[in-house]
Order: sequence, then C-alpha cells, then structure tokens
Amino acid sequence: MNQMAASQETIIDIQGMSFSRGQRPIFKDVSLRIPRGKVTAIMGPSGTGKTTLLKLIGGQIRPDSGRILVDGHNIPDLSRGDLFDIRERMGMLFQSGALFTDMSVFENVAFPLRVHTRLPDDMIRDLVYIKLQSVGLRGAAELMPSELSGGMARRVALARAIALDPDIMMYDEPFTGQDPIAMGVLVKLIKSLNKALRHTSIVVSHDIQETLSIADYIYLVADGVVVSHGTPQELLAEASPKVKQFMQGLPDGPVPFHYPADDYLQTLLDGAAS
Amino acid sequence: MIERLQSLGFNTLSKLAALGRSGIFLFQSLVAVPSLRVGFPLLMRQLHAVGVLSLIIIVVSGLFIGMVLSLQGYTILVDYGSEQAVGQMVALSLVRELAPVVTALLFAGRAGSALTAEIGLMKATEQLSSMEMIGVDPLRRIVSPRFWAGFYCLPLLSMIFSVVGIWGGMLVGVEWLGIYEGSFWANMQAAVEFREDVLNGVIKAVVFGFVVTWIAVFQGYDCVPTSEGISKATTQTVVYSSLAVLGLDFLLTAFMFGDL
Repeated sequence: MNQMAASQETIIDIQGMSFSRGQRPIFKDVSLRIPRGKVTAIMGPSGTGKTTLLKLIGGQIRPDSGRILVDGHNIPDLSRGDLFDIRERMGMLFQSGALFTDMSVFENVAFPLRVHTRLPDDMIRDLVYIKLQSVGLRGAAELMPSELSGGMARRVALARAIALDPDIMMYDEPFTGQDPIAMGVLVKLIKSLNKALRHTSIVVSHDIQETLSIADYIYLVADGVVVSHGTPQELLAEASPKVKQFMQGLPDGPVPFHYPADDYLQTLLDGAAS
Repeated sequence: MIERLQSLGFNTLSKLAALGRSGIFLFQSLVAVPSLRVGFPLLMRQLHAVGVLSLIIIVVSGLFIGMVLSLQGYTILVDYGSEQAVGQMVALSLVRELAPVVTALLFAGRAGSALTAEIGLMKATEQLSSMEMIGVDPLRRIVSPRFWAGFYCLPLLSMIFSVVGIWGGMLVGVEWLGIYEGSFWANMQAAVEFREDVLNGVIKAVVFGFVVTWIAVFQGYDCVPTSEGISKATTQTVVYSSLAVLGLDFLLTAFMFGDL
C-alpha cells in the first residue's frame, strides 16, 4: 500500500542510473525521485550534466545502465514510437528557446496542436491566443522568431511547450542570459503555470536565488552523483562544505578555482630554463 | 610508427561507424514517410526549394555546355566533312553522360550543400531536439520530405539539362555555324535510342539523386552542432557527393555500355 502511494506521489523515478560520454562518466549510479505536481530543481555547477539528465528523462539519449521510470514506463526500454507517444505528455523549454525559425510566433505555438490534434482551425487559433496571453505575448503573434528578444523567444517557447497541457514540464537553464526583468517574468511564469496547470515542473539551473524562490524540492548534483537533496531551507542550512560552497557561491572550496595543473612555480621555472 | 597506425585504425573505424550510422539513418528515413495530409505540403515546399530554385543554374549550365559541345564537335568533325554528325554527338554526350553527371554535381553544390547547412543549423539551434520533445519525429517531418524531393528532382533537372543543352547545340551548330538543320535533327533521331540512351541516362540520374540527397541529409543530421561542424559537413557533402557521382558514373557506364 505504501509503495502504491509512493508511486502516485512520484512521477519520475530514476534508479541506479549511470551514463558516460566516451570515457568520461557523467552520472554514476544516480537515484532520484521527482514528486508529482511540485517544482523540483536540479542544481549544480556547470558541466555536471544537468541538461543531459533532462535529455535522459526525455529519452533523447539512453543511459548505460539503470532505470528511468516516467509514470511507470521505463524510458530506455520504449520503442521509438512509444517514446514519441510519451513525449506528448512532456514539455521542454530549451535554453536557446529552439523556436522554428521558418514559422511565425503563432505557427510555432500552433505546431504541437496541429500535429497532435485534429482540432478545427478556429479552435487552434483560440488555444494559441490563450497560451500566448498566459506568457504575455498575444500581441507578438505575427512576429517571426528573428524579431524577438531573447527573453521573448523563451516565453514563446514556453507557450509552445505548454500548448498540449503536458503533465511534466522541463526547464533547461530558464534564467541564463536573461536581464533582471525577463528573469522576474520567467520566475513568475514557472510558478504560476505550475499552479494553474497543475503539472510537474523540473527546473535545471545554477541560478541560486531564482531557483530557491520557486522550488519545492532541490537535488544538488556534482561529479556525477547527487551530493545532497532537500527543501530549499534544508539545503541552505546544510553544513557540508560542497553544498555550502555552491549555495553561497564561494569561488574556492571543495570545487577548486584552479583546473588541475602542474606546480605553478615549476611551470614558470621551466619556461625560464628553456 | 605505432601512432600513425593507431590514427589510421581510428580513422578507419570512425569512417566505418559513420557508414553504419548513415545506413541506419537511410533505412529509418525511408520507412518514416509522413501521412499524405501532412507530407504533401511539406514535399511541395521542398520540391520548390530543392528543384525549382535549382532550375536557373541547370538551364544556364545546360545551355552553355550544349553550345560548347557543338562548337568543339564542329571544329573536329568539319575536318572529316562529317559536321552533319554534330547533332548526334551533342545529343549522345548529353543524354548518356553530361546531363546526369553535371546536373548531379551542380545539384550537390547548389541544393545538397543547402540541405546539409539547413538541417545542421536546425540541429545546432536545438530545433530538431525540440521537435523530438514535442513528440514529432524529425526524420519524418524534416528529413523525409527533403530526401524524396531531392530524389524526384534530380532526374527531372537532368532531363531539362539535356533538352536545353541540345537546343544550345542547335543554336551554335545550325544557326551560327550553318549545319543543315534537317541532317542535324535527322542524324540525332537516327542515333539516339530511347531505351539504350535516354532511359540509361535517366537511370543514372535516379541513382545520383538517391546518393547525393542521402549524403546531404545525413551530413546535416549527423554533423557536430557547432559552426565549425556545420562548415565541415557542408564541405563533405559537396566532396563526397562529387566523388560518389563520378565513381558511380564509371560503374554504371561500364555496366550499361561496356557489354559486361
């Protein structure tokens, strides 16, 4: 009974997952659970494979071992067709926005509706305007992606990602490269959409303040493993030097400032000798 | 020495792996045909981009090649008093060889490189990934219409090349150099056979269309998604396509006309 309740509360369950690129391990036996209906943040320094984790959940790449259960379906075991079916229930906001450059804003948002539904044109039109209104860009419907600012492009991409009302929304570094106003808008949108649409949100980010303000639960990933996890308050109170360094943004600590190198003095002396 | 051997082995293995990937990619693209309702407008758009926009370069090149052939043929044949045979020489050279080969080379440079760059940029800007995450197979939506458009267009462009080339040959031979028009056309009609010459030329164009478009879409889809990667993939499309066309042309010619 307890297990059943757990599976109802957990929408994504990653068990003992390992993944490497060539010889370089990205994840080593990682296990984590994403609770249903909440905003879960995956945080960690750059290059720790946070985006890779989203791609693994979306089935765009396969792990070397382990299970990635999305609502009970093991993603690596799914056929190509089943994978495309389950992705209809997922939305993903890419770091670059990834809008289709040959389509207008309206057509970009209409795209998922056109390919996955047989709704009449006037209903698609209404839905597109509802989604654009929710991100504040109804007035930009006729613009082309090249005419949008970075922040606007990301909001259009968000409208497109929620077009089919997905159960799971994944945000890949949503705040990176945004000005403070655009950042504030995105923080508000992620929070309000999660509440209004009652979906599960996974936010991959290294922007601490913004992420802390919206996340219900945080996983801190570094060196291929989950270093710590808990509510924002729990993580802020944690004494572990690695967690402290990241949460407080300290330049040096367990994650060194310097890339591994030979002895500094020796390098200079070698240069002088030659 | 060992390092050289190692790098030779590594390069060979990576080329073989790429060949394997391209085979799987081809199979997946061939089976991933979109439904008629969605696929037809996509195919039409690509036929325009790949075929119609290549028309100018094909027509102009065909015209000049036909004119040059006629001029060169005349200067040689006139010494033997056989200038009446210029028509048949122009037609046979074009229909059997030059139309499919030159069209394929121009097509690789004009349309093939554009296909690679377009798909490569879509990959670099995560448009292919976002399409996958929307639940749409990019092979079905992006690759398949482009592949079939290239496959259909090349034979048609090759035929247009032949027709325009023959007309250019006639302009120079008949209108300028004064070959008797009746014998120009009559010799051509007597010498060119439909099955032996015209059909074989079309078969060549079909094979080239398949190979050039396959190389172009695969290079775009498989490229490293950086500006350097796209530039390399575009160059490789033109180089590999040209080499493949010339090599296959020899094999096909030997098979068709060499009495093997």
